[in-house]
Amino acid sequence: MTVAPKPLLTIEGLRVEFDSPDGRVVAVRDAGLSIRPGEIVGLIGESGSGKTLTCRSVIRLVPWPGNITAGQIEFDGRDVLGMKPKELRDLRAHDVGMIYQDPFSSLNPVFRIGDQVTETLRVNLGLGRSEARARALELLGDVGIRDAERRALSYPHEFSGGMRQRVMIALATASEPRLLLADEPTTALDVTTQAQILALLMRLREERNIAVLLVSHDFGVIAQVCDRVAVMYGGHIVESGPIEALYNNAQHPYTRALLDSVPQLESAGRVTRKPVIPGTPPEPTESLTGCVFKARCRHAQPSCDLVSMELEPVSSGHDTACPVRPFAATDPAQPARAGAEA
Amino acid sequence: MSAVDTLGQQPPLVGTTERRRRAGGLRGLPLQAKIGAGILAVLFLAGLLAPLIAPYGQNELDFTHVYNSPSLSHLMGTDGTGRDVFSRTLYALRLDLLIVVLVTYVPLPIGVLVGAVAGYFGGAFDAIISRITDTMIAFPFIVLVIAVISIVGPGVKGVLIGVPIVAWALYARLARSEMLVLREQPFMLATSALGYSRRRAILRHAVPNLMRSSLIYSTLDMVVNILLLASLAYLGLGAQPPNAELGSIIADGQSTLLTAWWVATLPGLVVVLFGVGAGLLGDGLSDGQLRGRVQ
Repeated sequence: MTVAPKPLLTIEGLRVEFDSPDGRVVAVRDAGLSIRPGEIVGLIGESGSGKTLTCRSVIRLVPWPGNITAGQIEFDGRDVLGMKPKELRDLRAHDVGMIYQDPFSSLNPVFRIGDQVTETLRVNLGLGRSEARARALELLGDVGIRDAERRALSYPHEFSGGMRQRVMIALATASEPRLLLADEPTTALDVTTQAQILALLMRLREERNIAVLLVSHDFGVIAQVCDRVAVMYGGHIVESGPIEALYNNAQHPYTRALLDSVPQLESAGRVTRKPVIPGTPPEPTESLTGCVFKARCRHAQPSCDLVSMELEPVSSGHDTACPVRPFAATDPAQPARAGAEA
Repeated sequence: MSAVDTLGQQPPLVGTTERRRRAGGLRGLPLQAKIGAGILAVLFLAGLLAPLIAPYGQNELDFTHVYNSPSLSHLMGTDGTGRDVFSRTLYALRLDLLIVVLVTYVPLPIGVLVGAVAGYFGGAFDAIISRITDTMIAFPFIVLVIAVISIVGPGVKGVLIGVPIVAWALYARLARSEMLVLREQPFMLATSALGYSRRRAILRHAVPNLMRSSLIYSTLDMVVNILLLASLAYLGLGAQPPNAELGSIIADGQSTLLTAWWVATLPGLVVVLFGVGAGLLGDGLSDGQLRGRVQ
């Protein structure tokens, strides 16, 4: 963390809009993010906060009728938004891999597992038939498919969710990408499988130095694997920083509220309820002035109407969009929450 | 953390039935599909081997045996010029099945491809294709075929040209609507995320998934086509005499239905048998598909 190599991916001022019958919908407003090589960065937020769109924007896979209308995305010094179709395909084929939430339909049901991995190797890396086959088995073994030679002959429906997610990871990392976009990769899996998949992501980072953008709505997942984390709300990044800083010294009321709502084991059996954040997230059609969170914020003040949502530094690498700083008095040495070691 | 990555307990391979279905083709299918496939196999074999099994030539006249009722020497009896109806039916079957297969399975890949492309890209191209298919499907089919025949003259040529002009449209509509669903599937998103070309995404990843319903539908289409063929031949618009088509044999025998019932009835039953066979196969296949999806 002390040496700061050049970022692999930088997103600046990203804006994603949708044309809908009710007019323009702005789903992502001015989001910024950076990932260094081999770093695992978490992107957390509730449904509709724009985290998936931000993630997909990296390879310009924003679903129709969405549009990236402003901002800059740079991958390894190359301008992603200005890429021609050919360059974009190259980026997707070689540099960035993607896995996503639903491992039950992310593999083509009519092809054998092994053939799908082999195809990627042949198309994207130009390997010969036997070479690709051998490498595919290697990759499948690598992501933890035991007895790969036999299981490569299976069809996706013969695999469990966790196994399919492993195959997806093998597919996405087959052409040695430097960045893996993981869009809620563990949401559809049970907790044990989830831990295995997260461990696999960490191993890939260690062995092959693959950076990961991990999108999740679960602080528990993020806390397990991420080096840094960005919190999204209403299309804005409201706070970002090293995981320890956010965990122990969150400065944005929304981050605090998210952390406070994570269920804890020690509260099990006791008649206590986790505090919920009152109200609902803003509709993306609303044109908002000031802080996006003010309507639900316990610390809202009249001055919140004038907040620009620009990130301001709290400490090195830790930024927040809340200028009110209701928690500034908290002693950073004093963990904001007990049991932070999870 | 890495201690957690113990691979868990991997369950044994499921789907021994799947394995069998993969290996044995028809074996995993429901009974009705097997019966249907059996009937079709017998009919196709009979047509294919007509020159070998037919006891008489299709136009062999024998005025000493006119209107003989079915017997061991003439399984389906003889007609007004002493021709063996069984032999004529075999040759007619041979011709009709050839035409049916052509007019069913030539338009199928064309329709599937057009529909897949329209569904994948959407937009203006899709709108145009959809309007064309709507027009084709709404157009009275048999009138168009007769119009084509009136241009190219009677005979099987009219059918071979006329039917495919219209028939692709149904497959296109079917494939397009399935593509609209398929397009949103994560594995289609994966083809983009992996940097595959659109061509590869459509041809290699989408089309195999679209084929299933089109192939099932094609069994029904075959029935429609053999009925159309029989109707046209019945009207004298099919193969020209003395060559036989099922419809023309039926037309020949129609006037003597009360005195020599076998001439029209028995070839008619062959048409019915084909319809039943194809229907059972199609039904069984779609049942099998449903069952597969539920599992």
